[in-house]
Amino acid sequence: MSSLPSSTNSDTRAAAGRALSTGRVLTVIGLLAVAAALVRAIAFTGVEAVQGPAQKIMYVHVPSAWCAFLAFGLVGICSGLYLWLGDRRLDTFSEASAEVGVVLTGLVLVTGPIWGKPIWGTWWQWEPRLTSTLFLFFLFVGYLTLRRAMFDPAERARYSAVVGILGAMLVPFIHLSVYMFRTIHPRPVVLNPEGPTMPGSFVATLLFSLAAFTLLYLGLVTTRYGLGRLRELREARDVAAA
Amino acid sequence: MKSVPPGALTAALIIAGKDLRSELRRRTALVSAVVFAALILVIFNFARDPTSLRAEQLAPSAFWITCAFAAVTALSRAFAVELEHGALDGLLLAPVPREALFLGKFLGNLTFVLLVEGVTLPLFVLFFNVSLKGALPGIVLVALLATVGFVAVGTVFSALTARVRFNELMLPVLLLPFMLPPLAGAAQVTAALLNGRPLVESVGWLRLLLVYDITFVTLSLLVFPALFDE
Repeated sequence: MSSLPSSTNSDTRAAAGRALSTGRVLTVIGLLAVAAALVRAIAFTGVEAVQGPAQKIMYVHVPSAWCAFLAFGLVGICSGLYLWLGDRRLDTFSEASAEVGVVLTGLVLVTGPIWGKPIWGTWWQWEPRLTSTLFLFFLFVGYLTLRRAMFDPAERARYSAVVGILGAMLVPFIHLSVYMFRTIHPRPVVLNPEGPTMPGSFVATLLFSLAAFTLLYLGLVTTRYGLGRLRELREARDVAAA
Repeated sequence: MKSVPPGALTAALIIAGKDLRSELRRRTALVSAVVFAALILVIFNFARDPTSLRAEQLAPSAFWITCAFAAVTALSRAFAVELEHGALDGLLLAPVPREALFLGKFLGNLTFVLLVEGVTLPLFVLFFNVSLKGALPGIVLVALLATVGFVAVGTVFSALTARVRFNELMLPVLLLPFMLPPLAGAAQVTAALLNGRPLVESVGWLRLLLVYDITFVTLSLLVFPALFDE
């Protein structure tokens, strides 16, 4: 990387710095929005008649699941684009998105059972969406572990892009096979798939929370992306110095 | 002697043939994979409560989990052996497209894993006291459909992890999620067949496995060259 002209280097540094500060601003706004959504959910949205206060966990659970799937979808798309275009920024973004996605999936997998125990009567159900989420978590923990185990940046980028593409393609298959697994072997399920239709105020709170979590995702991923770019610059400098 | 670069398909067959020949000559890999599979089958039989769960009930899962583990151990060597004496560099320098290299490695691995499954099946019949009468053609078909897909992904991951630290742990961590659809399908269909139900009932699973195979063989073929883009 020592062949890079220094002006390109300082451009990259400036761009990374901009990403970092934009990301921080977005993260703060996102956190405030999430806090506001939680206040609205707890204090200003009605208590669901059947499920009681446990239902309120949906305002965290559903938005984080949505953002997690968004995060991993973007990892898949950016991985494919990376192999095609070879732009290092796509790889840095994939890593950032996978990291934030793993955190969000963790949130989904923690809030799910907390809600499931009082409502379904069980912590865990082998239900398609649950299982897909769990496997997303495994897949991208594997993805991040692979990244940590590799040193050469170009090789790491190509290898993890391959895993990212294959992983993104696997999710629909897992969903489908768990679905078929259950339809062939039905078990008594407490869950009613239709569910009571939600009143308008619930939907409004959910949408608000969804927007807040998306904002938080964007903030975190932009911050992480900026950090990733700065780290690359340092790696390049170390390589040049060595 | 003038050497003409072989066509892609010929090259793939040559690579697969070379792998199988060296496996069969050394036999350590095949023997240890079969012994490994037999041991898992035996352990499975003792890892259950005999008063509440009959061996027959556990049979399809035991068979397929055994095959999965044996396949992972076999795949973890597929590219590791090429690193010895710089054999991989030779393969990469050969005037064959990367796709042919993938195809060759894939066919070699596929044959090897199917061979291990083929040897495990009689052991399975012996240990789990199941009757294959009438079920055998269906089991062979589902084994083929289930194995093709995960061996394709496994070949890519085998190449990918060969040069990575902790590769013997990294391969299963990456590959096992990909084994869920094939294994779920294979175990379900095997169970149905062993219970005397016709194969027609399982057509949904067979279709899913076929789509899985087409998707992941194609995708693996497309992404594999990116691993050696130097």
